[in-house]
Amino acid sequence: MSNGPVLILGARSDIARALARKFAALGHPIQLAARCTDALAGDKADLELRHRVKVTLHAFDALATASHAAFTEGLPELPDIAVCAVGYMGEQANSERDVAAAIHVMRTNYEGPASILAQLANRFAERGSGTLVGISSVAGERGRAANYIYGSAKAGLTAYLSGLRNRLAKRNVHVVTVLPGFVATQATQGMRLPALLTARPEEVASAIAEAVARRRNVIYVRPTWRVLMSAIRNIPEGVFKRMNI
Amino acid sequence: MKLSGWGRFPVLEAAVFAPRNESALIERVRAGRLIARGNGRAYGDSAISRQNTVHMRHFDRMLAFDEATGQLVAEAGVLLDDVIRALLPRGWFPAVTPGTKFVTLGGMVAADVHGKNHHKAGSLRNFVDWFDLIDASGTVRHCSRTENTDLFDWTLGGMGLTGVILRVAMRLRPVETAWIRQTVMPAADIDAAIDLLEQSGDATYSVAWVDCLSKGAKMGRSLILLGEHALLEELTERQRESPLRIDRRRELEVPFLAPNGLLNGLTARVFNALYYWQGQRTAGTSLVDWNSYFYPLDVVLGWNRICGSRGLMQFQCVLPLDRSRIGLKALLEGISRTPAGPLLAVLKRFGAQSGGISFPMSGYTLALDLPVGERSLRLMRELDRITLAHDGRFYLAKDSRMTADTLRQSDARAQKFVQMRDKLAARSAFQSAQSERLAL
Repeated sequence: MSNGPVLILGARSDIARALARKFAALGHPIQLAARCTDALAGDKADLELRHRVKVTLHAFDALATASHAAFTEGLPELPDIAVCAVGYMGEQANSERDVAAAIHVMRTNYEGPASILAQLANRFAERGSGTLVGISSVAGERGRAANYIYGSAKAGLTAYLSGLRNRLAKRNVHVVTVLPGFVATQATQGMRLPALLTARPEEVASAIAEAVARRRNVIYVRPTWRVLMSAIRNIPEGVFKRMNI
Repeated sequence: MKLSGWGRFPVLEAAVFAPRNESALIERVRAGRLIARGNGRAYGDSAISRQNTVHMRHFDRMLAFDEATGQLVAEAGVLLDDVIRALLPRGWFPAVTPGTKFVTLGGMVAADVHGKNHHKAGSLRNFVDWFDLIDASGTVRHCSRTENTDLFDWTLGGMGLTGVILRVAMRLRPVETAWIRQTVMPAADIDAAIDLLEQSGDATYSVAWVDCLSKGAKMGRSLILLGEHALLEELTERQRESPLRIDRRRELEVPFLAPNGLLNGLTARVFNALYYWQGQRTAGTSLVDWNSYFYPLDVVLGWNRICGSRGLMQFQCVLPLDRSRIGLKALLEGISRTPAGPLLAVLKRFGAQSGGISFPMSGYTLALDLPVGERSLRLMRELDRITLAHDGRFYLAKDSRMTADTLRQSDARAQKFVQMRDKLAARSAFQSAQSERLAL
C-alpha cells in the first residue's frame, strides 16, 4: 500500500491519538474526525511538526447518521485506510436502570460505526481498493452480566465487520476487526486491570498498523486474549450463567 | 500507587493522576498539595506528592517550530528525545541538554538543567523565551523576561513548586551535522584536571570524568572530554551523504534488577581503571555520534536498575571558583576514605549564576552515583559537610536525602524561595515529598 491518507473516526480517544501518530510516522497524511475539532488543533500541529505529513480536521458525529454521506463526500480525498475508533462503554448499572442510556451505548457502539463504515465501504468497493478497520471488543464475544449492553453492541459490530469482510473480499477491499482486550485509556482509568492482559494505546496502534500491512482479519492485541476468549466462549451456558466473571 | 524517582529511592505511596486537558489539570491544582511529574528522571522525591502527583504524559504535543529563529513551542510533557528525533534531521539541536534525553521539557525547565556547555552557554533559562504556568489560583500565566517576571525567575529551577508548567517556548541551536568532534585528554591528578578545564574555556562542551578511587599523588586522575559540533567538511565522505542522520545504536535494556552488590568497591575500581586506560589509549580527537556523546547511558534503557533493588543515589554539589581546588581535594579525600566506590564521578566547570534558585554558579560541580545503603548515606553526609565548609551547594534534581538544615546552610536563596512561595500562595498548592523534607 502506498502512503495514502488515513481517516481516523473518533480521533480524540487515546487509541485514536496513538494511531494517528503511528500512521503519520509511516508517512501517511491523516484525516482526524471527531465531534469537537477545536480540541484537535494541538494534535494536528504535533503530527505535522513531528512527521511532516498533511493533517486535516473534520467535524463528525457518529450518532448523526443522516450526515454520514455528506461527511464522506466532504473529505478532501477518499482515504486509503479508515479506522473507526468510535466507542462508549457507559456504565452497566446505569444502562440497566435507564433504557435511554442503554440505547445511547448501543447506538454509539453499533449503529454509528455501522453507518459510517457502510458509506466508506460502498466507496471503497467502487474504487476497488482500501482497508477498513473497526475497533470492536472482546466484550462482544460473550454477553456477561457486568457489561452486556456494551458487549451486545460490540457483538453486533463484530458480526457486521465479519459480513463486510466477506462481502468486500471479492472487491479487493480488506476489513480488519480489532478486539483490543483491556487497554490503559481514559475509559479504563481507575479500574484495576491485570497487567498481563492490559495493552498500552501505542501497542494497539502498532498492532493495527501491522494488521493493515499484512491484511490480517481479526486481531487481539495481547495474544493471551485469543486463548482466554476461546476458553470463555466454550464454557457451557448452564455453567456460564452462574459464574461471576 | 508506589512511586519513586530515577534512583528508585525513596519509594513512596502516592496518589497519581493523569489529566488529559487543561481544565482537568486546573481541577487537580485546586485540590492542592500538587506536584507535576514529567518522565520521572529526577533521582529522588522531587516529582512525588503523596496526595496529588500529576503526571503530565498526556500533554505531549509539539505545537510550533520556527525555522528562522529555532524556537520550539511545545507542551510540557514532550520528551527531549522526541524533539531531537523531529528536529535534528532538520539541522537543530537542543541548546542545552542534560545527560539523558528521556526528560520532559517541563522537567527541564523546573530543574533549569545545565549541560556540558554551561561554562559558555549557561543553563536552559538562557534559551527559554516564555512558558505558560498554572499558578496557585488555577490561572494560566504567561511568563517571560517581561511578563510575570517573578514567576519566570523562580519557576526555572523551582522544581515545580511555583505552579504547573503547561507550555514552553525554547530556542534550539542550528547544527550542520549530527556529529561531535571529541577531544580526549588525560590529566594525571585533580590539579591537572582543573588546569586543563580552565584552559578549555573556549570549547563548546567540556567535562571531566574523574577516577575518584585513585589515591595519593594520583588523586583526581581524570579524562577531560571536550566537544564541538562537527562541521560538514569534517565528516568522512560516507558520513557526509546524510550528515544529520539520527540512526541510533540498538538500545539495550537492563531487563531485571541486577543482584545487589554486583556493583561494589572492587568492580567499580576495575571499571574505573579500565575506563581510564581505554581513554589514555584513545586520547586525541575523534568523531562521535550525538547519541553516544551526549547520552552514553541512555543506550542502556533502565540503567538505574544496575544497583539492584536498593536503588541509586546521586550526590551533586557545586563549589565556588575560589574554593574549588581545595574543596574538590577535600571531597576526593572523603570519597577515597570509604570502601564503597562511586560508579561515576563527573567534574564540570560552571559559568555564572543566574535566576532565583537555579543550581549552577561559577565554579566546579562534582556528581557521583552511589548505591543506596548506610555506607553511602554516611559518605554523603560527610560530603555535605565538606561542601558546606567550602561554601558549596546542592542540586535539587539529584537530591533524595538532604536535610532542610543542610539546604539552608548551603544556600541563602532557599529562604527567599520560601518567601516567594508564600507571596505566590504556592506553599499549600504545590508540594512534593522533597519540598516537605526540605521545608520549602
